[in-house]
Amino acid sequence: MLNKNKKPAKNADVVNKNTGEKWYYSDIVKDHFFKPRNLMLKEPKKTQYDAVGIVGSPACGDQMKMWLKIDKKTERVKKLKWRTFGCASAIASTSAFSEMVTENNGMTIEEALKIKPQRIMERLGGLPNRKIHCSVLADKAFRKAVSDYFRKTGQYRRVLTDGSKVIDSKLNITERDIEEAVLEGATNLNAVQKKLKVGIGSPEVIAEVEQLIRFYAEKYYG
Amino acid sequence: MREIYLDHASTTYLDPRVAGAMRPYFENEYGNPSSLHRKGRRAKEAVENARQTIAKILNCLPEEIIFTGSGSEAINLALLGTARAYKEHGKHIIASKIEHHAVLNALKALKKEGFEVTYLDVDKNGLINPEDVEKAISQDTILISIMYANNEIGTIEPVAETGAIIKKYRDSEKTPFFFIDACQAAGALELNVQKLGVDLLAVNGSKIYGPKGVGCLYVRKGIRPMPLVYGGGQENNLRSGTENVPGIVGLAKALEIAEREREAESTRLAELRDYFIGRILKKIPKTVLNGHPAKRLPNNVNITFLDIEGESALLYLDEKGIYISTGSACTSNSLEPSHVITALGRPYEYAHGSLRFTLGRKTTKEDLDYVLKHLPKVVEKLRRISAVRLENRK
Repeated sequence: MLNKNKKPAKNADVVNKNTGEKWYYSDIVKDHFFKPRNLMLKEPKKTQYDAVGIVGSPACGDQMKMWLKIDKKTERVKKLKWRTFGCASAIASTSAFSEMVTENNGMTIEEALKIKPQRIMERLGGLPNRKIHCSVLADKAFRKAVSDYFRKTGQYRRVLTDGSKVIDSKLNITERDIEEAVLEGATNLNAVQKKLKVGIGSPEVIAEVEQLIRFYAEKYYG
Repeated sequence: MREIYLDHASTTYLDPRVAGAMRPYFENEYGNPSSLHRKGRRAKEAVENARQTIAKILNCLPEEIIFTGSGSEAINLALLGTARAYKEHGKHIIASKIEHHAVLNALKALKKEGFEVTYLDVDKNGLINPEDVEKAISQDTILISIMYANNEIGTIEPVAETGAIIKKYRDSEKTPFFFIDACQAAGALELNVQKLGVDLLAVNGSKIYGPKGVGCLYVRKGIRPMPLVYGGGQENNLRSGTENVPGIVGLAKALEIAEREREAESTRLAELRDYFIGRILKKIPKTVLNGHPAKRLPNNVNITFLDIEGESALLYLDEKGIYISTGSACTSNSLEPSHVITALGRPYEYAHGSLRFTLGRKTTKEDLDYVLKHLPKVVEKLRRISAVRLENRK
């Protein structure tokens, strides 16, 4: 089995022309990179998947989109599909992550959330040091997608807030969620509420939400 | 596996004629040019012959050529050496935003020493405006650094025009000095320093089918940079250390061949280049040429493939035996995307998806057709993987 092989690879594939530093890509990384598993090849119908999450931006050099199909009773992840604008490490680690989450009937959401980047790295047989940051993209996209699932199923308490300040505590909507809504083009309360329903059940937070929308709209569209 | 090397701007192979010229100086004529005996004198003669060969090509005096250990060292000697020697005359330096890292990082070091640097913008094709140089010149300006041709996008800068402008501003001490980095230009463009109106010019061996680990700096007579390396006082006290005799012989031979074959080879390469660019832009949707369409090095093709990330494309092509480079962040030291592509006013995502193909002496149309067969498939596959669907904002 490929995933039991934890030996670091011997073959150096890329040498940085500025530093001469070698980048080692293991054979497992290469296998995932050239034959990525669970890719979303065709744009799916809305009803085909239960949740979706997007993180990153092409300007930063990486973006990840992830779709989930979840068994409502067992909360097992039955399908995990993805697409990325990213480097070899991002592609390989997401491919490996998608296998880990869905193999053997699928992990439960709670199990999958506990996967540490370290475990993806182990499965890949290691990544070059400077590429480790590329491997966390999968986990981030997964957390976004899981939060989307919790929202869509009305389990607002379980939405992952990841340290960001919670603005609407009934729906567990954070400052970061509002920032992202603005980034996606929602620059007034109406548009943001269409996306997030923020403040609909808690009118007392609306003033703060509007303030945040103004702040981020100024910041990104100034 | 068939291997197609399209990364000649990174480095070239050693021309067998150059290797032949170098060979005697490894095993037989290994003398130290500073030694007084015959073996030393013969080595000295080889170095001086090489100096003359290069001086002829640059249309300068032999004593105006200083051999160094690389192109980067020649650049550092030009910038650090001159700035430090002339700091009493002023502490202002002008450079383009798209200079090579050897220039940009040397200037960063000078900033820490109290120098001030004005960085000039380039237009959407990577050209500086000589009038901007004129506007930036002040009483305090001692040095101006503009690359002859850019290593990433191949744009050829209006060096002679800039040189003519700078001449008007020379004071009695002849500052500001005009330095050009010609490492990418050698073999493709004329290196006549009188015509170009430059005071300092750097060239190296590894881009012109010569040896690695050797370069040279032209220093106009009368200019005295401070050395970076102290020791036995070789190279007119400007660069100590026993001369790399085979390297120096090889550099001269390589430059001689490059100069002799320059016109014919440039014509051949420019035709291949334009064929390749034309086919890619036509065959593959959402592609944008980076750099000037005409004022560009005959061997340079730099194209952004929207929605894909450069490192992935590089590695997919590598698997097909096609060797290229990219301006993507993931292959750079700083994890920042190419400063050259972003200086063109293009968004970051254009830099992340930029691929550079640089042709060479052995590149044939068949090679390019092989790439044209595989490249669209690679791009298509990576676009299917990609989470991004950018609009072409060209």
